[in-house]
Amino acid sequence: MTGDGTERVTDEGTERESDDTGTKAGDGATTDDDRTATDDDRTTDDDRTATDDDRTTDGAETIADGAGPATVRIGCGAGYAGDRIEPAVELSADPDLEYLCFECLGERTVALARQRLAGDGPGYNPRLEERFEAVLENCVENDVTVVTNMGAADPDAAAAATAEIAAEAGLELSVASVTGADVADRFDALHEETFGGDPVAAYRDRTVAADAYLGAEPIVAALEGGADVVITGRVADSSLFLAPMIHEFGWEFPHDGPSERIGQGLTAGHLLECAGQITGGYFADPGRADVEGLAELGFPIGEITADGGVTITKLPGTGGEVTPATCTQQLLYEVHDPTAYLVPDGVVDLSGVSFETVGPDAVRVEGGVADPPPDTLKVSLGYDAGYRGVGEISYAGPGARDRAELAARIVRDRLGIRGLEPAGLRTDLIGVDALHGDVGDGDPYEVRLRVAARCGDEATARGVAREVETLYTNGPAGGGGARMDVERIVGIVSTLIDRDRVEPELSVREVDA
Amino acid sequence: MSDSGRARTVRELALVRAGDKGDTSNVVVVADSTAAYDRLAVELTEERVRERFAHLGAEGVTRHEVPSTNALNFVIEGVLAGGVTTSLRLDAHGKSLSSLLAGMELPADGER
Repeated sequence: MTGDGTERVTDEGTERESDDTGTKAGDGATTDDDRTATDDDRTTDDDRTATDDDRTTDGAETIADGAGPATVRIGCGAGYAGDRIEPAVELSADPDLEYLCFECLGERTVALARQRLAGDGPGYNPRLEERFEAVLENCVENDVTVVTNMGAADPDAAAAATAEIAAEAGLELSVASVTGADVADRFDALHEETFGGDPVAAYRDRTVAADAYLGAEPIVAALEGGADVVITGRVADSSLFLAPMIHEFGWEFPHDGPSERIGQGLTAGHLLECAGQITGGYFADPGRADVEGLAELGFPIGEITADGGVTITKLPGTGGEVTPATCTQQLLYEVHDPTAYLVPDGVVDLSGVSFETVGPDAVRVEGGVADPPPDTLKVSLGYDAGYRGVGEISYAGPGARDRAELAARIVRDRLGIRGLEPAGLRTDLIGVDALHGDVGDGDPYEVRLRVAARCGDEATARGVAREVETLYTNGPAGGGGARMDVERIVGIVSTLIDRDRVEPELSVREVDA
Repeated sequence: MSDSGRARTVRELALVRAGDKGDTSNVVVVADSTAAYDRLAVELTEERVRERFAHLGAEGVTRHEVPSTNALNFVIEGVLAGGVTTSLRLDAHGKSLSSLLAGMELPADGER
């Protein structure tokens, strides 16, 4: 959960390594108002809360249908585009694992990839080769099926690159790619307003990308076709995990009424999708919440049974921990109304979910229920929002804060003198007020001035950032460590599209050993 | 980790995580125990949380309760300077807003 994912346009013209990291979009949820099912549609508690005994019976029926195994183990190999690679290697080496899912699309990752594609770069995850070179051989050896949204803006090219890696390694593989999320050519089919209430039409001329969040169905189709690797573009995170469950267990989908199985499956997907965030990552607070082994954090595994039983765990010997507390934090991460978490595959009621420790680093999940899928899909619309210029410089010791404040005033004066007029300007003192405003007290030993400007053109953005750098020789005493950075900004707004205007497509590549 | 009646800050009773969606932050408060949850459910009203985040632009706060996990979920609108994609803030996601809530002070026993 780190970088903000805009492409850096430095003097050297290089991209930062983490240029694809973005905040996790999390879901693909539509708005609360658009859910198709109401609370009234839900069945009674009696129907929803089957006992363990009932579940076993249900599972046995499923097995009797010959639909699949009693338990499927699904690992999460990445929680964002730039995530660590070793945890996925460890998972791929687990002989008991059946699926390995990589969630690599933040909210605007696809839009950034589309820009990269336009500039002759890859339209898929820039670390795809690195990841697959690290895990594919293990996956073939252990019969682990891979599902990932690393295809970003170009799933077909990602599949071709994957096939090439497999061929070079002498692996026999079937690689499927799911396309059809791109709805930029159907701009008029988008609903009229953004989630924020702006007219969508206002973004028409600046649109970089418009992608709908697909659901589990095309992935299920790929798995039914025997794919060993399924690569998608924009798909809701939880769908990556639900699809293998539907495929393995033959669950009814889309479901007509409230479904405990789909609800549990989507809850599991939501819990797993951020990888380390449920195994003790993003959780530690020394003295308050101590977590061992964060440098070797294990990524999570969901153990799913045919009747919708879910246990979250991780490999023995890996760092971190899985506890009801780590699970609860993730349960509500990027969720608004827990009674109606909207994803393409259902409207999930998380409000009755409970967690119980059932073993070392093993937590059983109960109570997720999902109403049927909404008839609309969320669309992330990426638009050209100009450039961001940032300049920083540090001051230390006695009077550090005063000198940093003087530096900020100088920069503002300089912008006036030079006639630089950014659309937005912000000055912060890192160490004083940059995160939450000036809520602390006392002067810190060191202070870093940060000046950030949003500008319509690159020259203005660069001009603002340069005014910070020139403080070296023209500003207050003792300024050090100046840095500047100019980035293109891709803004994202969300809207909806009717599901029947989106047509997922599947392609398959066979690689012979 | 302390007696829930004596705790002076939210952090003593709960762990907190923030997530973002557009210009809205959701801050999840996971209490250590049912007793801690009960106290926080009384103290952390929507209005008090809104006041805590008002200087950052918070417009409305909606509190969702998930007592089966001792969790409160605060959905805080307008608090992300437009949202991660175009915000000029250092922490454009508002990830660190969890700590602003964790640092909220609670009235001592009998003060309320």
